[in-house]
Amino acid sequence: MAKLKIDWEKVKQAREAARQVVEDVHVYTQQFTTTTIERSICRLFGIDGVDAMGVPLPNVVVEHLTSRQMLGLGVTYWLGQAALSLGKEPQEIAELVAQGELDLTQTDPVDLFEIQLWAEKHAEEAVSKIHHNRIIREERLLEYGDHAGPLIYVIVATGNIYEDIVQAKAAARQGADVIAVIRTTGQSLLDYVPFGATTEGFGGTMATQENFRLMREALDEVGADLKRYIRLCNYCSGLCMPEIAVMGALERLDVMLNDALYGILFRDINMQRTLIDQEFSRMINAAAGVIINTGEDNYLTTADAYEEAHTVLASQLINEQFALKAGLPEEQMGLGHAFEMNPELKNAFLYEFAQAQLARQIFPNAPLKYMPPTKFKTGNIFRSHIQDALFNIVTVISDQRIHLLGMLTEAIHTPLLADRALAIENARYIATSFADFGDDIEFRAGGIMEQRAANVLDLALDLLQNIRRDGLFHTIEEGRLAGIKRPFEGGKGLAGVVVKEEQYMNPFIPLLLEESRQGSERYHRTMATLEEGKNE
Amino acid sequence: MSSGRYSTKKSDFDKTLDLTQLKPYGDTMNDGKVQVSFTLPVPDSEVAVEAARQLAMKMGLVEPTVSHHASLDKSFSFFVVYGSLSHSIDYTQIHVEFVDINLMTMDETDLFIQQNFGRKIKVIGASTGTDAHTVGIDAIMNMKGYAGHYGLERYKMIEALNLGSQVTNEDFIRRAVEFDADVLLVSQTVTQKNVHVQNLTELVELLEAERLRKRFLLIIGGPRISHELAKELGCDAGFGPGKYADDVASYICTELAARKQHAL
Repeated sequence: MAKLKIDWEKVKQAREAARQVVEDVHVYTQQFTTTTIERSICRLFGIDGVDAMGVPLPNVVVEHLTSRQMLGLGVTYWLGQAALSLGKEPQEIAELVAQGELDLTQTDPVDLFEIQLWAEKHAEEAVSKIHHNRIIREERLLEYGDHAGPLIYVIVATGNIYEDIVQAKAAARQGADVIAVIRTTGQSLLDYVPFGATTEGFGGTMATQENFRLMREALDEVGADLKRYIRLCNYCSGLCMPEIAVMGALERLDVMLNDALYGILFRDINMQRTLIDQEFSRMINAAAGVIINTGEDNYLTTADAYEEAHTVLASQLINEQFALKAGLPEEQMGLGHAFEMNPELKNAFLYEFAQAQLARQIFPNAPLKYMPPTKFKTGNIFRSHIQDALFNIVTVISDQRIHLLGMLTEAIHTPLLADRALAIENARYIATSFADFGDDIEFRAGGIMEQRAANVLDLALDLLQNIRRDGLFHTIEEGRLAGIKRPFEGGKGLAGVVVKEEQYMNPFIPLLLEESRQGSERYHRTMATLEEGKNE
Repeated sequence: MSSGRYSTKKSDFDKTLDLTQLKPYGDTMNDGKVQVSFTLPVPDSEVAVEAARQLAMKMGLVEPTVSHHASLDKSFSFFVVYGSLSHSIDYTQIHVEFVDINLMTMDETDLFIQQNFGRKIKVIGASTGTDAHTVGIDAIMNMKGYAGHYGLERYKMIEALNLGSQVTNEDFIRRAVEFDADVLLVSQTVTQKNVHVQNLTELVELLEAERLRKRFLLIIGGPRISHELAKELGCDAGFGPGKYADDVASYICTELAARKQHAL
């Protein structure tokens, strides 16, 4: 593939600045846990279902401890103590708590070491379920094969999971590789995960574990027909970030939207809460073999894509470091960016291509997620289809991986069945027609694209060094990311942040990190074998 | 716990598929979603947008939304409109005449002709009447064909003669007799004021007057031709948009073989 000349020393400096930014945040955030992290631990221990009022049992248990000011030890400690002293499983314990028949803080004390042993054993069982799902995915991908080049990603968003399934299967048959079920408006601000199959939503469908399961089953079914593994994507963001990661890991989702900063900037969720939650959610995604998608595209829908392109690169580098901190390997980093420049801008195509190519070269092993034009879509479906075609060309020639298809009816409605079919036809036409274009060109030394890429890198480096100097929290307070100011103690969800006590335990962290490490090793071994096979 | 209320989409219509009241499908059964685009010969303005909306309502679109409007010139404006169609169709009562044949590839057709006739089949084609367009007849007959479908000239077992455009019906019949054709192919591209119907009617009348109608297999084609129309006009078959040389060739050899069988 053609390469832009890049100043790698600057890339190194930018990475180092991002690493320090993330290290500083980690030092602070590791002092805390949150209500949703503890609820996700409940879920990993197998606690599921709702009480008589429809409140999810993980919420019941965690609120029970919060109201007694006892969450600082972590839910593991109390569940372990209750389990050992009563001889019951976590689900039974949660049910008793929900019925008001058990006070977790009043069970007989048990030796801390015993609790640790209990916790490790139960955590291993949970992680082995995640491992099992991961192996199923790996086996299917080996059996069916996984095509190189961009994966065609389309959304379904009817609000009704059963109607979503009809559309998702049709899209898979039309050629989609990844199906994303868009969440209903406002779910990111719910401090609980709704339960069961749902049929009403606005602009999207509830992310619930049952909805995940139903869609997974449907995609496996159509995938078996087509002899292709159809990936499923959902949103691991908002106030329940780690819980959704658990649900996704248990129901074998393959791709998850999971940005470290998105909730802070665009959903006004408290920055401490989000940064604490994102780390554990990424550990779960990492262990589950899930490709995370980060949300840099959002910077460009609020600010000018030409002027602010460097913020995308800076954010990608920060997201990369947060991911590495959580044990998430490169091959699962779907770092995001977008084709959002004003179509009236002279040479916009060259600038877009330069940005996409720059990201490709700086993150050579990451399955980059590339988002289509949305901001300058007007309702003129005919122009819209051409904008998408230009975007598709950049996607193919710069070898992006997660190719989120634009819809000709963007800015009008969530996609109709036929809109999706037209988008897939457009993408496939261009993928075929431009298949080896990227390998057959060279960039002019010192040309428009090289100059542009160098300029974006300079500005990103500058921004990252400023963030390192001032700290990420302060940078956000000052409104220097996406032009949005968020106070340190403002936004939603701060009440759910709890200081960890000395004996706090989360038995999952070492297990998840180990699972990620082994998974990544397996991935590299498989790739090496496939590569050998090709060469022979 | 904190909570949120979601606005939920109002959807009080019946979401089960009823073939007696078939409607367009957008993303939910019976939502009736339709898109239309058109130009109005008035300047783009608030009034024009409202005119577009009202026209859409007259088309039967409920709650139409003008998603795009733009000026095309001083006195032309362009619109894209979405809405839900109030009309439905009883699918179970639809009757369509169509050419019901087993589609064969070029090689299969050649083999079929070889086995059933042992000689080449002669096909003469033209765009008749005042019609100057040869795009239709060329698509079916020319060697290179159209959209990846080879034309009849490429078939080893078909002898194809393309007379081109603006051939009078009298000349067409005379040349067909001289050529000793088995099949007449008539293409009609220009259809303003239904001129194609008059022209084809005249052709059939001339053939009948000269007692030649039964001698030939008479096939017509064009953007506004359907099999049903062909039958009404007294032709043997009609091919509309989306039909290629292989459809025509498959029909020709199957039908001629059936007639031969019948004659025995």
